[in-house]
Amino acid sequence: MGIEEAPSGFLLTTIEDLAGYLRKASVWPVTFGLACCAIEMMAAGASRFDLSRFGMEVFRASPRQADLMIVAGRVSQKMAPVVRQVYDQMSEPKWVLSMGVCASSGGMFNNYAIVQGVDHIVPVDIYLPGCPPRPEMLINAILALHQQIADSPLGVNRREAAQAAEAAALEATPTFQMKGLLR
Amino acid sequence: MSDYQPIRPAKGPVGRLLAPVAGFGVTLGSMFRPTVTEEYPFEKVPPQQRFHGRHQLNRYADGLEKCIGCELCAWVCPADAIYVEGADNADVLAETGGGQVSPGERYGRVYQINYLRCILCGLCIEACPTRALTMTNDYELAGPSRAGLIYEKQDLLAPLAQGALAGPHPMVEGTTDTEYYQNKVTGPTAAQVEWVREHRPDDESLAAATAVVEGTAPAPQPTKHTLRPPATKANATREAAKSSLDWKTAPANGGMR
Repeated sequence: MGIEEAPSGFLLTTIEDLAGYLRKASVWPVTFGLACCAIEMMAAGASRFDLSRFGMEVFRASPRQADLMIVAGRVSQKMAPVVRQVYDQMSEPKWVLSMGVCASSGGMFNNYAIVQGVDHIVPVDIYLPGCPPRPEMLINAILALHQQIADSPLGVNRREAAQAAEAAALEATPTFQMKGLLR
Repeated sequence: MSDYQPIRPAKGPVGRLLAPVAGFGVTLGSMFRPTVTEEYPFEKVPPQQRFHGRHQLNRYADGLEKCIGCELCAWVCPADAIYVEGADNADVLAETGGGQVSPGERYGRVYQINYLRCILCGLCIEACPTRALTMTNDYELAGPSRAGLIYEKQDLLAPLAQGALAGPHPMVEGTTDTEYYQNKVTGPTAAQVEWVREHRPDDESLAAATAVVEGTAPAPQPTKHTLRPPATKANATREAAKSSLDWKTAPANGGMR
């Protein structure tokens, strides 16, 4: 019996906090620039904004060694399978940040060539508006994601949360059927 | 055809000896230059005044809204990010017995901006005939769900200025919407305060507006959405996660998948 099977309570909660604290401080993004947002992403990694202050200056060239995919830019229909493949190649636990309006919802490109939101193909943990977002906005989104990571459950709790999320996702309206401003 | 001739003079023996480490001179020189890094969440450098940040719906000095529900912003929007539904002030007038939401005939009943479509280009600002819609310098907009990033009217409305009276309430007596457009209304009047006291006695803005009417407080000044204050080292991520709107919807997957 591993520590993760121990009854949830004080001990496991403390481990969750500790693991979350350690996890959030070493998130490595995968190099994945698709369009103009990537310029701002590079700026965020460079000296003026300096993402290394949050332990994530290394943009990994291989998805196998990365935990965070920053989808920076519009995803064309042709690029979609590649996005999914990069995501699938990343090892668990992994997170997705949808940077900019094009990646988040298609933005102003409401046409047949652009995927209307990267959440059609990969689960997105945090959306970042802006066209393109300034590096501060990206850092703000990353810090918000860090808090999400720090709060994420482990072991039994993680399985239960995953099951609940899956049940909720099956109930929810598919993204492509959303109406109104959510389209 | 002659051989390549470098323009720069060839280095002497000392220069050739030091050539492999000459690059470190740049590194060494940079060590004594001032640091360019901005400590973003801890010290927020304000963007330029002209920066296009999130929108706000302004109010007149007496607290009535400026938006007249004309939908010009929605029409001009290149990304179709804005949804507006106008309604008649006459209906509010009948319902509340004399109050109205904006001066004039119409007001914006529903006002939504989808920040996951909005490219912050500012065309809506140029289109707005009453300067109801302007942009602020607030740029911290990230959120965990698509639905939560559709800002509703209450999220977009400028915070009520100190001393302004929350609507709906009657217009300043003896004025038309023209006087409002010409900025001749400088604050709530006694009649308006009296009307609100009669119809909504527990309104929170009543006390401050009364002070303005009595002359004990200055006239209300326009307010703006602002950046959240700088985070401390200890709670930087928590501050970032706490949006100014407290995220209307929790993450759909609870941080899991």
